[in-house]
Amino acid sequence: MKFLKVSLIVLLAIAFVVGSTGCKKAAPPTPAVEKLKVAFVYVGPHNDGGYSQAHEDGRLYLQQNDPNVETTYSESIPEGAQSEKTFRDYAAAGYKLIFGTSFGFMDAMVNAAKDNPTVKFMHASGYKRSDNLGTYFGRMEQPDYLAGLVAGKMTKTNKIGFVLPFSIPECIREVDSFTVGLREVNPTATVTVVYTNSWYDPAKEGDAAKSLLNKGCDVIASGVDSPAPLDEAFKAGKYGIGYDMDMAAGMKTADEAKSVLTSRIWHWGPYYLKVAKAVEDGTWTSGDYWGGMADGIVDIAPISSAVPQSVIDYVNTRKQLILDGKYTPFDGPMINQKGETVVPAGTTMSDADQLNLQWFVQGVIGEIPKSGS
Amino acid sequence: MNPTFGSILIKVFAGAVESGTILLLPTLGEVLTERSGVLNLGLEGLMLIGAFFGFLGAMKTGNPYVGLLLGMVAAAAAAAIHAFICVTLRGNQTVTGLALSIFGAGLTSFYGDSWVSQRLTIAIKPMAVPVLSQIPVLGPIFFSQDLIVYAAYILVAIFWFLLFKTKVGVNLRAVGENAKAADAMGVNVVGTRYFWTILGGALAGAGGAYITCCIHPYWLNGITSGKGWIAVALVVFAMWNPFNALVGGFLFGSIEALQLQLQAAGTYINSALLSMLPYITTFVVIIVATVIVRVRHVGTPKELGIPYAREEK
Repeated sequence: MKFLKVSLIVLLAIAFVVGSTGCKKAAPPTPAVEKLKVAFVYVGPHNDGGYSQAHEDGRLYLQQNDPNVETTYSESIPEGAQSEKTFRDYAAAGYKLIFGTSFGFMDAMVNAAKDNPTVKFMHASGYKRSDNLGTYFGRMEQPDYLAGLVAGKMTKTNKIGFVLPFSIPECIREVDSFTVGLREVNPTATVTVVYTNSWYDPAKEGDAAKSLLNKGCDVIASGVDSPAPLDEAFKAGKYGIGYDMDMAAGMKTADEAKSVLTSRIWHWGPYYLKVAKAVEDGTWTSGDYWGGMADGIVDIAPISSAVPQSVIDYVNTRKQLILDGKYTPFDGPMINQKGETVVPAGTTMSDADQLNLQWFVQGVIGEIPKSGS
Repeated sequence: MNPTFGSILIKVFAGAVESGTILLLPTLGEVLTERSGVLNLGLEGLMLIGAFFGFLGAMKTGNPYVGLLLGMVAAAAAAAIHAFICVTLRGNQTVTGLALSIFGAGLTSFYGDSWVSQRLTIAIKPMAVPVLSQIPVLGPIFFSQDLIVYAAYILVAIFWFLLFKTKVGVNLRAVGENAKAADAMGVNVVGTRYFWTILGGALAGAGGAYITCCIHPYWLNGITSGKGWIAVALVVFAMWNPFNALVGGFLFGSIEALQLQLQAAGTYINSALLSMLPYITTFVVIIVATVIVRVRHVGTPKELGIPYAREEK
């Protein structure tokens, strides 16, 4: 067997060399094509059914569509200083493009990037950049807004519950844009926020949803990574709105799937392919990428059959406006919880302000904790 | 039509009984294991093993109760490894327990990989107890639950009776207090320690399987997310008494449920602080329990964590 394998490899190598010299006679002799080694670092399990899995799907898409890359991943890497070792190890092992997909990897990536100038680092959701450290994220706020429209039409108690992991700008943007959509179609509806203070704790996420259902919320939007909040909503005979992936698709029965009104989903694959190609071509430069629905990086999943067609049609018209670049959920007027107009009519909140967003819009019940207060 | 304050509280406590049962089962098992003198810090791993194999069993057989039993058997088998190393080989119980935790997480992630996010069609459903569930306030909180919760009530009573009112209990406690004396009296020290370690493992497995066969009927890696560690602390809280384990389990379930409900009520208390509550309570409780143990000399089995060898002088 071993002999067969070795001879096969030798044969293939000869065929490859002969083949490539055969068709590229004029080209100067090139060194054997070295594949670009790409590493992904996830905060959760690669198959968490949520955020990390969405990135993992992106990695697989890249692997399938670019024969010149070799990819791998590390999962369940804790945020903070410990993660630095993971990034340094990949750089030392010859990985030339490393994606870190969680906010808390930021400083670790900054340090690793400083010492490995030939390696390209890409950090999702962060804001610190250098010559070889770029940032990228998607405007999940656009699907959030559309999901808010659906929730506003479907709620009977006018109370929506939102299960959030942390009070970081990324999560606040989601709640704000969701509420903007909600109040557009249902001005008296409110959104109650409960934090789990964890990226991954299914039991607690379910309990958080329960506390919202107890209060009378009849649509539970999930900003956390497990499907637990949606299960609790279904068990209580209410609706859920999923996050990261099409969570209706994972449900076992038609009734369960129907209870998931829609999901806000990530499509990282095409973007990862683009970045890898840029690194291969040598055209990659550091910068910030923040794509929206028009780029296909974010979207909403097919809307549940529980939702009337007229609502779906309305959502689609609003979606078209976003796709055409004629509307964003951060268009003024935006009013904060105290009733003050923060973004005047006719203006749009700047990206920089969105990235540092630290206030809830009117209609949100909940607070943004100040650390140590 | 807003739900009244009272009706919300009843729902909070009903939920607390459910999540308290996840903690109660492993705590109860560990109380018995530690009473026999064996410290098993591997509860988190055993719960994960129970959760995964319980889920797998329910998937394969279509019956969540059969699944739960399989989860218990799997966790009992893992606990038997702990018993073998700690009782027969007289290995370090702390290290073995920690290894068991890591082993459980690794094993279930490895075999669970292809099962992630798959769901059970039939999960364990609540069954209200006739008559009792009609009692105002207490009925909806304690008697509109599922069979596992009722079984946990009964187990607490059985084990309390067994531990403090029967010969079996006296022997069990003797083995944990003074194995040499127990041995001299003709109690089978090795057999007793094996039995209660394995039974404790089965109960930890039941706690894990209760999550996947009933509360969240799907598999995710690390689905117990630290519940096993809280159970280890709860054993101290319970002062090695099954009845206190029940109180502790439900108390911790309530604290978690209440802190989330406080947030939902729009209370302006830092939610990170609220999330710390169960752990702050753990500190307070352990301090108080330790003082009580010192003063009244109850609880801690004297030879907890100490291997027994007959020939040693």
